[in-house]
Amino acid sequence: MLGERNSRDWGRRVVILVPYLWLAIFFLAPFVIVLKISLSQSVLAQPPYTPVLDLTAGWQGLKTFTAQLSLESFGLLATDSLYLLSYFKSLQVAAISTVLLFALGYPIAYGMARAPRAWQPMLVMAVVLPFWTSFLIRIYAWINILQRDGLLNDVLLRLHIIDTPAAWLSSDTAIYIGMVYSYLPFMVLPLYASLEKMDESLLEAASDLGCPAWKAFWLITFPLSLPGVAAGALLSFIPIVGEFVIPDLLGGSESQMIGQTLWTEFFSNRDWPVASAIAIALLGLLLVPILFYERLQQRSLEGGRA
Amino acid sequence: MKRGPTPFNIVSVALGLAFLYLPIVILVVYSFNASRLVTVWGGWSLVWYRELLNDEAILSAAWISFRVAFLSATAATVLGTLAAVSLTRMGRFRGRLLFSGMVYAPLVMPEVITGLSLLLLFVAINVDRGFWTVVIAHTTLTTCFVTVIVQSRLIGFDRSLEEAAMDLGCPPFRTFMTITLPLIVPAIAAGWMLAFSLSLDDLVIASFTTGPGATTLPIRIYSEVRLGVKPEINAICTIMIAVVALGTVISSLITKRGASQREQVALGVQV
Repeated sequence: MLGERNSRDWGRRVVILVPYLWLAIFFLAPFVIVLKISLSQSVLAQPPYTPVLDLTAGWQGLKTFTAQLSLESFGLLATDSLYLLSYFKSLQVAAISTVLLFALGYPIAYGMARAPRAWQPMLVMAVVLPFWTSFLIRIYAWINILQRDGLLNDVLLRLHIIDTPAAWLSSDTAIYIGMVYSYLPFMVLPLYASLEKMDESLLEAASDLGCPAWKAFWLITFPLSLPGVAAGALLSFIPIVGEFVIPDLLGGSESQMIGQTLWTEFFSNRDWPVASAIAIALLGLLLVPILFYERLQQRSLEGGRA
Repeated sequence: MKRGPTPFNIVSVALGLAFLYLPIVILVVYSFNASRLVTVWGGWSLVWYRELLNDEAILSAAWISFRVAFLSATAATVLGTLAAVSLTRMGRFRGRLLFSGMVYAPLVMPEVITGLSLLLLFVAINVDRGFWTVVIAHTTLTTCFVTVIVQSRLIGFDRSLEEAAMDLGCPPFRTFMTITLPLIVPAIAAGWMLAFSLSLDDLVIASFTTGPGATTLPIRIYSEVRLGVKPEINAICTIMIAVVALGTVISSLITKRGASQREQVALGVQV
């Protein structure tokens, strides 16, 4: 009996420990390293930062190591307007895109929830499907349309709406189009999920009592869909702040989003400490929305489905 | 909702879907365009597909991407299923909060951060970067997606079957293999497919963690796209879209058997 109990405990431990250790090593530990390197200084060497922690030197090594850590990279972030501007730009793009997504996504989700029951799984599928095709491909598809001799200019010229080809690509407009296009399913699906399970009898009661349809929407439907709004907004806002591919391929070169700045610091300037400091600061920026999102997620997955 | 859709509802859904699909349709159509220019229709042709067959760099990148996606999706499915079981069937254990935090965080973590941190880890432990580091990075990223999908299925079904088996003396492992596993297989398959397509799609994390000789397809496409539109790229993109569409149809057929509509919606939301 005791033996069986033991083996049961062992099985339980293995099931938990295998994914636990994997995530601890490949997800958590890397962040500690990023934090450490963000406190290092850039040097022309391999690896291109100092100090390097030498564990063989024991306690003394650890002490010299700690003494050599510096906040120089963070100081640079706080003083150089290049970094501040790209943080600001990221927040601005993310905020405006989220508002646009909400404005476009809500009518779509609402229409889906109103569709005949039998059609709804198909509509959900139709919204999810583009998400399964490559992100890069979807952005690339827009280059075909937005470039100077692309389809949009072609159509507008033929319709005589414009006389000379307009520069759509390499602009903020192109970034917003790309963001809204890529993140639309992230906004629509949570909204739909909260609208779809709404109790119809509430609206019937309101209408029986003489409440006009628009007022019933505003007083009943919209407040009940707020969890979906929160989930959709967070699922769009958080990744858009750190987005790299969309601004890089569709945006202009005059101002960069923070993901691009990190990329440039790392790949072009080879300044690992500054790149790490940017990552830490970006994480700090996103910490509140990420924690908020995690609570939503945990509540919906572990607290049963309310 | 029971009341029928208004014209406004129909128009907004139709416009939304048109917005989602039009660029993809345009891309596919123009991959068959004989002309090099997007605005000039030169008639239907397979010329760009033939060019593609001669493009060694793209083909080898595609093969590398396929292998990375296969290996990392498989590893992520095992790890993700274990993680989902831990979170739903193991009750309380030490460090559970940290564990669930680590499971959900990568879902929303900006890719540049995940990529950079993994690269710095590989440098710190002195691992040569290449094929296997990309596999490890993608496994880490996609495990979380598999966990969420499998977890929502594990929560969704009736636990009394498992409890009955255990009450009758069936050991936990056997209960899992004979009762739980068959019930969650659709979710596991969907998780694998999602992991596979996410890996096939990833540019940022692969760019950080790759090394010489391990250029994946998105990295290759990205470097070509930066130089401008090339019809060959339209062709390879069309092939990838076809593969994904086929995979999605198959997986939806698998998931349909057994999963209720509610669960599909929940699954869609997690995606």
